[in-house]
Amino acid sequence: MNGEPETGRGYLEERGWRSWAYTMDHKRIGVMYLCTTIAFFFIGGIFALLLRLELLSPQAKYFSDHAYNVFFTLHGAMMIFLFIIPAIPSGLGNFFIPMHIGARDVAFPRLNLASYWIFVAGFLVVIASLVSPMDTGWTFYTPYSAKTGAAVATLSFGIFLIGMSSILTGLNFIVTIHMMRAPGMTWHRMPLFLWGMYATSIIQVIATPVVGVTFLLLAMERIFGVAFFDPSKGGDPVLFQHFFWFYSHPVVYVMILPAMGIISEVIPVFSRKPIFGYKAIAYSSLAIAFLGFLVWGHHMFTSGMSPLANAFFSFLTFFVAVPTAVKVFNWIATLYKGSITFEAPMLYALTFIFLFAVGGLTGPFLGALATDVQLHDTYFVVAHFHYTMMGGTVMGFFAGLHYWFPKMTGKMLNEKVARIAWALVFLGFNVTFFTMFITGFEGMPRRYAEYLPRYHVENVISSIGSAILAVGILVMFWNFLQGIRKGPPAPGNPWRALTLEWQTSSPPITENFPEIPVVTDWPYGYGEPKGRTA
Amino acid sequence: MTGHVEERTDPRVAFEAAKLGVWAFLATEVLLFGALFTAYTVFRIQYPQLFYEQHLKLNRILGTVNTLVLISSSLLVALGVNAIRRGKTRFMVICYGATVLLGAVFLCVKYVEWTEEFHKGLYPGTNIFFSLYFMMTGLHGIHVLAGMCVLAYVAVLAHRGRFSESYYTPVELSGLYWHFVDLVWIYLLPLLYLIG
Amino acid sequence: MEGACREKGSVMGKVFALGAASGQAAQVDAVFLMILVIGIFFFLLTQGLLIYFAVKYRRRSPDRDNETPRITENRVLEFFWILIPSIVVVVIFYYGWRVYTNLHEPEAGAVEVYVNGRQWLYEIKYPDGRTAINEIRVPAGKPVKFILSASDVIHGFYFPDFRGKMDMIPGRTTVLRLQPDRPGRYPIFCTVYCGTGHSNMMARLIVMPPAEYAEWAAHGEKEGGEGKEHEPLAVRGERIVKNAGCLNCHNIEGPVKVGPDWKGVYGRKVLLEGGKTVTADEDYLRESIVDPGAKIVKGFPNVMPTYKTTLPKDDIDAVVAYLKTLK
Repeated sequence: MNGEPETGRGYLEERGWRSWAYTMDHKRIGVMYLCTTIAFFFIGGIFALLLRLELLSPQAKYFSDHAYNVFFTLHGAMMIFLFIIPAIPSGLGNFFIPMHIGARDVAFPRLNLASYWIFVAGFLVVIASLVSPMDTGWTFYTPYSAKTGAAVATLSFGIFLIGMSSILTGLNFIVTIHMMRAPGMTWHRMPLFLWGMYATSIIQVIATPVVGVTFLLLAMERIFGVAFFDPSKGGDPVLFQHFFWFYSHPVVYVMILPAMGIISEVIPVFSRKPIFGYKAIAYSSLAIAFLGFLVWGHHMFTSGMSPLANAFFSFLTFFVAVPTAVKVFNWIATLYKGSITFEAPMLYALTFIFLFAVGGLTGPFLGALATDVQLHDTYFVVAHFHYTMMGGTVMGFFAGLHYWFPKMTGKMLNEKVARIAWALVFLGFNVTFFTMFITGFEGMPRRYAEYLPRYHVENVISSIGSAILAVGILVMFWNFLQGIRKGPPAPGNPWRALTLEWQTSSPPITENFPEIPVVTDWPYGYGEPKGRTA
Repeated sequence: MTGHVEERTDPRVAFEAAKLGVWAFLATEVLLFGALFTAYTVFRIQYPQLFYEQHLKLNRILGTVNTLVLISSSLLVALGVNAIRRGKTRFMVICYGATVLLGAVFLCVKYVEWTEEFHKGLYPGTNIFFSLYFMMTGLHGIHVLAGMCVLAYVAVLAHRGRFSESYYTPVELSGLYWHFVDLVWIYLLPLLYLIG
Repeated sequence: MEGACREKGSVMGKVFALGAASGQAAQVDAVFLMILVIGIFFFLLTQGLLIYFAVKYRRRSPDRDNETPRITENRVLEFFWILIPSIVVVVIFYYGWRVYTNLHEPEAGAVEVYVNGRQWLYEIKYPDGRTAINEIRVPAGKPVKFILSASDVIHGFYFPDFRGKMDMIPGRTTVLRLQPDRPGRYPIFCTVYCGTGHSNMMARLIVMPPAEYAEWAAHGEKEGGEGKEHEPLAVRGERIVKNAGCLNCHNIEGPVKVGPDWKGVYGRKVLLEGGKTVTADEDYLRESIVDPGAKIVKGFPNVMPTYKTTLPKDDIDAVVAYLKTLK
């Protein structure tokens, strides 16, 4: 199993910018996506720290209210559109989908490169919009977004391009997973990361065009006075919210499903046990993707929809909880009677389960009508989605980065530093965001540059937590840089995992595998052979 | 869209992959127009009278002419695909070339219509109906233009002898896309021009 | 604003400490509590097992890692852990929905208050024609129906103490019902982001004992000295400025907010959009209150609403007199 093929050249060997800019190698494209998205993670993070700095004081102290509004808009827009949506699917997904299915590349390598450059064009347009920075919040609600003096049309166009890149990537992955699997790789022998990515790709292909056309209409309203969302011409600003959330709710599953896939890979490897309930995890991804399309209205319980529509959306919303809970139960059951070690990927995977449980269990407060009306648009919501998005997706992303670091770079990480970083991240995260549940329950609305002094203590605690979190993340990425520069060389399969990407050299050769592997079993056959039921 | 599959993959798999890719792409296109059709439904239920009054200002004759133009272009595309299946490259090039011309005719007629409306003082911002009208026909027009480019490109490739009865994936898939563009218009015509 | 903010904070902070301010709020809190208990139970169950397994089954010696059993599924267990969460969520949904419907049940004899949101203040209208800005008075113990609208962008209308919230949407009206029980002063926040002044868009809900309310409804404002014989004009102006929401956008000290700051505004040379300069005399100040769009100070957005109908002429005089004192 640990055979290290010597044929072919490592994918990183070719030098020069042309070898990157024109590459059709899915691994290099994945690496380019990772570098780009992580850069935006840092930029978005700086905005977050500026927000927390300002909130140290109840009155405007360091920045004007307008500057604060710009910061939270850019924090949200960059983190969502430029980091969290593309990071795992386009970054890690590009690198590992073909490797997981035993293929040499994705189905349409040229299209893949094109989507990366469309993404680049998109973020350049987004950056161009900074000449008159956006102050609408990442949700772009009309009519404010149609009236403000900021460069809304430019930013919408940038996000339209990023969406196009996202559609093309999703389309590419769907075809890849359907058509390019190695001989013997049946659907039920696919690693669970692929199931997550498959569900994600479907959402991207179906939901993204709707937000594309929504932003198009918004831009047209600003340029030509198109009347869709303009109440003075008979349009309906709430229609914008429907369109926006028809995309933006499913898209939270674009963010979380790939992360869940990573967790489903990491947990069995580090507990040396087969994943518990493979089919349940695989199909629950599809169930979440499907249900995700039916629940967008729960973002709009206070927007004057009819009580019947509210009840309908509330009811369906609760059913997203069931497949999600099933996944959590399955992961915990996988630990049972395992032989567990706690390297950094596993620490982040367990952290994912812990923080995501908090995020998940605070969901019913927002799904239930009576309590949502109270908590909607307060810091409770901010805390909830940071627990799911950052405590969930970003922790899953960190787990994936640590897990696949040896494969991508051919170097090992310093485990001790990684654990210190983990401890800081875990502590800082909880101090920052758990406090926000309390702030929100006490009634502090989100997106407030200034607030009543009664919320002062909570905000100071959150700000202190954010500083700890930032230090933790800096330590982690410093460790990555050190690992790339002078980490010891990694063996082909340092974690002794069974998925196909570990059965080739680290870093992989350009063709991924010396010859296309033939798959004979599922990738979770850990432990004693006897007593297997599947 | 097509032709990106590397040589090392099995041609049959490559064809299936390309076809699946185009179908998935058409699914996103359906959703793209779907949002506009949803908006149309919402507003038409809200303002039935406005829709009836406003649609009378459209030029039904030109709308019908355009429908005929697009339907015949679809027919030509189908003939073209049929031709290349039997290896008749020349006839296929003629069909696709004619389709591109018909697409151009469609856009010219559209241009005449829009100019006429602008002269009457009807702009995208005039009211909800004309917002929908200009957005829907405009988005559709962009698709027609894109389709023309793709078909012209495929026709040029065919002229250079790139396709035969054993390999004609791009011909078939670009044709599929053109049928989709045609189909969208078939829905737009009654929704915009023929409100009862 | 700083002054107003501090005052609001201390008054509000003392009047209630997070408690529910009405029976409705208590009902919502009951739903919250139920979800909290269920949530904590499942959290302790799953995370307890997670930590227990992680500790108990940690690898004790490096050679033991292939001795794990191949457990891949357990149909009975999986059936129950799909069934039980399904039942639990239906129960939560039902309870949350019932309480929500109860709160939105129309009640006969409700006191109606019209509230219109605009950047960045609330305009209040009572059915008898009285108007106010950023201050709503209602009697305790009677149902109230807020009829909400907005003139520019979407705003929010949220009183944390009553657990109630509704968006204010331009082009349509929305309704929020309330049955306040305890007299007191409660903050109202805007919850839908509405532009630069969003976080300063606040109002007060003053719940009065029924007798006091009746008195107020019949004779107008009692507190604060309105109608006092010899209230100096500038003092009256200061009071109006605080109540009318001016300080949400204009600062007297500290950083500039949405509008020009007021320190030393009287007699200042003002550069206008378009390059002209005027001196801020009484006439200019009055015009800027009645018709704010007429002369826009360079570098500021044209967003201020007119106070022509909301402030009587006497009050505008008082405000101008107050502005003259700010040196």
